[in-house]
Amino acid sequence: MTTVEDASALLHEPVKRSILDRPRSTTGPWSWFTTVDHKKIAIMYGTTAMFFFLVGGVEALMIRLQLAQPNGTILSAARYNEFFTMHGTTMVFLMGMPLAAAFGNYFLPLMIGARDVAFPRLNMFGYWVFLFGGIFIYSSFALGGAPDGGWFGYAPLTSTPLSQGFLPGRGADFWAVGLIMLGIGSVATAVNFIVTALNMRAPGMTMMKMPVFVWMMLVVAFLTLFAMPPLTAALIQVFMDRNFHTNFFNAAAGGDPLLYQNLFWIFGHPEVYILILPGMAIVSEILPVFSRKPLFGYSVVVFSGIAIGFLGWGVWAHHMFATGIGPVATSAFSLSTMLIGIPTGVKIFNWLATVWGGSVRLRTPMLFALGFIAQFTIGGLSGVLHSIVPADTQQTDTYFVVAHFHYVLFGGLVFAIFGGIYYWYPKIFGKMLNESLGKLNFWLMVIGFNLTFFPMHFLGMQGEPRRTYTYPSGMGWGTLNLMATIGAFVIALSVLVFLVNVIFTRQRGELAPEDPWDARTLEWLTSSPPPEYNFAEIPIVTSRDEFWHRKYTEDDEGRLVKLPPSPEAEIPARRDPHEPHNIHMPSPSYWPFVLALGLPIMGYGFVFKLWWLLAIGALVTFFGINAWTTEPASEETH
Amino acid sequence: MLDRMQRLRRGAITAVGTAAAVVVLASCGSAASHNRQDALHPEGPAAHKILNLMTPFFWVAVVIGAGVLFMTIFVAVRFRERPGEDRNPVQTHGNVVLEVSWTIIPFLILAVMAVPTVATIFNLAKIPKGPNVIHVDVAARQWFWQYEYTDKGTGFYTANEMHIPVNRPVVLSLTSNNVDHSFWVPELAGKKDVIPGHPNTLTIEASKVGTYTGQCAEYCGLSHANMRLRVIAESESDYDAWVAQQKTPLSDAKVAQFTNTISSKWGCLSCHSVTNLDKTVTATIGPNLTHVGDREAFAGDIYPMTLDNLTKWVYDAPGQKPAGPLKGWMPNFSKTGMTMTQAQQIARFLLCDTATDPNSHPECR
Repeated sequence: MTTVEDASALLHEPVKRSILDRPRSTTGPWSWFTTVDHKKIAIMYGTTAMFFFLVGGVEALMIRLQLAQPNGTILSAARYNEFFTMHGTTMVFLMGMPLAAAFGNYFLPLMIGARDVAFPRLNMFGYWVFLFGGIFIYSSFALGGAPDGGWFGYAPLTSTPLSQGFLPGRGADFWAVGLIMLGIGSVATAVNFIVTALNMRAPGMTMMKMPVFVWMMLVVAFLTLFAMPPLTAALIQVFMDRNFHTNFFNAAAGGDPLLYQNLFWIFGHPEVYILILPGMAIVSEILPVFSRKPLFGYSVVVFSGIAIGFLGWGVWAHHMFATGIGPVATSAFSLSTMLIGIPTGVKIFNWLATVWGGSVRLRTPMLFALGFIAQFTIGGLSGVLHSIVPADTQQTDTYFVVAHFHYVLFGGLVFAIFGGIYYWYPKIFGKMLNESLGKLNFWLMVIGFNLTFFPMHFLGMQGEPRRTYTYPSGMGWGTLNLMATIGAFVIALSVLVFLVNVIFTRQRGELAPEDPWDARTLEWLTSSPPPEYNFAEIPIVTSRDEFWHRKYTEDDEGRLVKLPPSPEAEIPARRDPHEPHNIHMPSPSYWPFVLALGLPIMGYGFVFKLWWLLAIGALVTFFGINAWTTEPASEETH
Repeated sequence: MLDRMQRLRRGAITAVGTAAAVVVLASCGSAASHNRQDALHPEGPAAHKILNLMTPFFWVAVVIGAGVLFMTIFVAVRFRERPGEDRNPVQTHGNVVLEVSWTIIPFLILAVMAVPTVATIFNLAKIPKGPNVIHVDVAARQWFWQYEYTDKGTGFYTANEMHIPVNRPVVLSLTSNNVDHSFWVPELAGKKDVIPGHPNTLTIEASKVGTYTGQCAEYCGLSHANMRLRVIAESESDYDAWVAQQKTPLSDAKVAQFTNTISSKWGCLSCHSVTNLDKTVTATIGPNLTHVGDREAFAGDIYPMTLDNLTKWVYDAPGQKPAGPLKGWMPNFSKTGMTMTQAQQIARFLLCDTATDPNSHPECR
């Protein structure tokens, strides 16, 4: 007769399920390859994306050098086209989206009081696909030409077979296959975020008690989930047209180039919100903390975000106002584009009202958040001008548009990201970034950014088109272009100050206090950096801004009143000597890495039509899938 | 320390202000040196309508933008926490009246904006008809513009330079047999894409005599930047004279000379034509060369029409304008045995023998 103890002993018997022993260590350099800890994965996402930010930035500097004066000779036409294509591709797919994934990965579970994301191995898979996808696309520089069809890759320029020579090299193949790969990673991460936010919230945290950050990441995840498939379809068609002589976009054989534009922008416009909503998410957390006030109109901000998420699907053809889709269609998309300005405006006013009447501490994160509001508003307003279709036919594909979306994505998103880094650095690394260097970073970036992109509004209206590697003298564009180039180098200087700040802080930055900003949300209710399991005890949530309400209450006039210290508001010590042993965390795994490794191998097989290489990649992939599916999520360690 | 921070902040604000002022001044300065490709200086009815539609809403946007910018700085400065101060601000969670009003007010502004926008969209989409209207078929190539004048009494080909009479609508039929392009002459009208399998029309009209430049505005590959164009708007009589010149074929002797001594050796006529009347033109891969000597510039409107430029072009075209491995593009003849002298002879033919008035070129006198 078996006893209960026997049964549990049987259960805990380590079972050898695969050819390799399961990795156990959660520390040391090798652990980075096998980790399933959302915080470690977030750090990997963040550092990799920042690396690509620097690469894309260098490409931008080269572009600006080439355009500083008429008839520039720094870059050849071919190199210029590669650089502007890769600058866009990098900043969208290898910087913007992964940085959102970094912040989401780190803080989404912490803010909802969870111990990890819903699918830790899928999470890790997403990162490796991103890294390999990025390396894959960039390897094209050494393997026969980088992508040079624009980040938007319009067919039939990109889809015409290589033999026609419409584009000089194999870049479009690398681009199409690489983006399909990155899309797989993005969808995996999106599914993970959705399930995590919906299913893993701490007890008591209803949907309307979730931090705005979590709400916006949830909207972003849904957008990503539905936006990637049409892009993938378009990319597969491009690749098929180019390599297997299909005719999806070949007008001479009955294909339709406009189909590509529709597919691309059905992805591409939601993509804009996929990029900017994380920025709004970060700013919505920073502003209340540094104003010592709750977010003004929480539910309106949340619903505005959701409204943007829905309306974002109905505006794609505003990228196609010059394509001749007819007055009825352009009018409809003009109106829907105007409409999406309303929830966006509501958010801006609510942020300002949040700061209004607060006790504003102008620390670096707050400066970046305020910079976000001002600059994003300028980008939003020029966007509203685009909705005036006739005006857009003068603005589209000119530097006016370049100015517009850089005000949104640099003045908005990048400023929010830097604000987020300064805000959460003490949480992630346990040290404070230097405040003086931070302010220098901020002001240099404000000056450099506006000097670069403000003149571009004028250049566009004066007739300078985008994506041109040269312009003749006598057009009157030289001065403003030179100004933009100087501005770009001021931005570079500001990024340099940031890097110095990070290095300085790592070397001898001061240790962060437990709650350096007097914060509001649950990620601060644990030590900095948090232990692997995040919370020794899952917090019970009773209100929005749970951590804040454990520290403060309001008097009858609504004024802030500090509560006496209580055990609920106590942050555990940095290294808890009584580390709990009864917390079951998911175990590390090799297989997501292996599975992700199979994809670029298949990718090279496709690009170079090396079918044996494709077969090897497929084998690695299937091996990874098989091993992954047959190993349990967590294994007992003895 | 605090003092220094404040000084730093004030310094930074001054710097931003100065930068903004410099930008505005510089843009005014360049507006003075008018480049004839400037959407802010419309010289045709369509471009005028567009600017008139945009201007009031531009200023509304400026006011809103300046308001938000001011408020951002105001709330930051007005409500900033002084060191050592421990203020306990009132915890406002929202205000229904405020939030409803800043939803409705933008809605109303946008509703006002929508009415003239939709009206102008439909207005500009109208295709003018009647004997007054001129029709030109525009074919976008990699990387130049081919024009075919199709009205009765015209019927000829030319490239990159479009002559039009002032104050008459010109309806362009836009087609491409390669990739997407976009036809754009900012001072005359907004741009319209040229998409394979999707014929588009665009109406342009100039209200003043002059040369208006433009260029391809949809990325179309390696030499996208070198796909420029110009529209020469002239008086009715100048236009008629130009049409008469273009309609005049090259003499049989010149055609024979080109065919037998130049093209037979270098194969020019497999891509170009030296006859430009629509029934006789067969080769439209490269620009029509019948009256190439009459044009002000060539190669996608990037090089002035001089003997020197043409010689270099004939000798090594890919060296003058990046074309990569584009199939069917002008070869580098210096690599297939052409000497500089031969190139110059061909260039001289193109410049002097095709020009209606050779004396207009000093090199031909």
